[in-house]
Amino acid sequence: MVITNVETVPGQSIIEHYGLVQGSTIRAKHMGKDIMASFKNIIGGELKGYTQLLIEAREEAVDRMEKQAEELGANAVVNVRISTSSVAQGAAEILAYGTAVRVD
Amino acid sequence: MNMQSLLNLMHLCFPLILLILGCVVGKITEWNHYKMIKKREEEWLTVPALTAKTYSGELPVQRSEIAVGSVVVSVDHFKRLFMNIRRIFGGEVCSYSPLIDRGRREALLRMKESCPEANMFLNCRLQTSTISNGKGKSTGCVEVIAYSTALHLRK
Repeated sequence: MVITNVETVPGQSIIEHYGLVQGSTIRAKHMGKDIMASFKNIIGGELKGYTQLLIEAREEAVDRMEKQAEELGANAVVNVRISTSSVAQGAAEILAYGTAVRVD
Repeated sequence: MNMQSLLNLMHLCFPLILLILGCVVGKITEWNHYKMIKKREEEWLTVPALTAKTYSGELPVQRSEIAVGSVVVSVDHFKRLFMNIRRIFGGEVCSYSPLIDRGRREALLRMKESCPEANMFLNCRLQTSTISNGKGKSTGCVEVIAYSTALHLRK
């Protein structure tokens, strides 16, 4: 499965479109990490626990999108966009969406 | 009575100590981080990250994949206080801009490091989103995502 965020797969041509595919996940931070983050907040800087959490969430979202594309019979997803939004305090949603296509 | 006044003093001093600690350690980590970012940026100077959508070079494309890099950054107590003071007069919040700048550059570098063999990054996008706004007791932090299409060219 080829995933790109440009309109085509560079070097290959699209032969069929399957429409929009998407994958999303909502993750909550667990308590221990939240407490650690509030300590870290005194000095500022990167919150490694949250970064790791969001990386895992994004991989999950992209995986779900891929699975949906596979069901449609596609072998590539183009024009992929990733967005994050906070649904509730302490929970983040990751959404990945793109166009499923078949390339030769 | 003496004990009581000592306790009061401690109560007053504690936020101040946190503030000073935040300011000093925050500055040191910021300085170190910038040093590291500059060094890594020099290393990656030969691999361009473009916002252009199409590749117009002569070399044939071997393979393409998505490259993502992300980072969650938070502000320190001192900067938050500074921000609150700034809110009275309005204007640019100078204490926040280096933080976001650090986050963006770090995210871009992580994106490049996730595909070390790529020759070029197309359609690079930067996105910032608020994880929590830092009102009340919650920690204010933002996530920066950088993503693009990594191209492997046939040499």
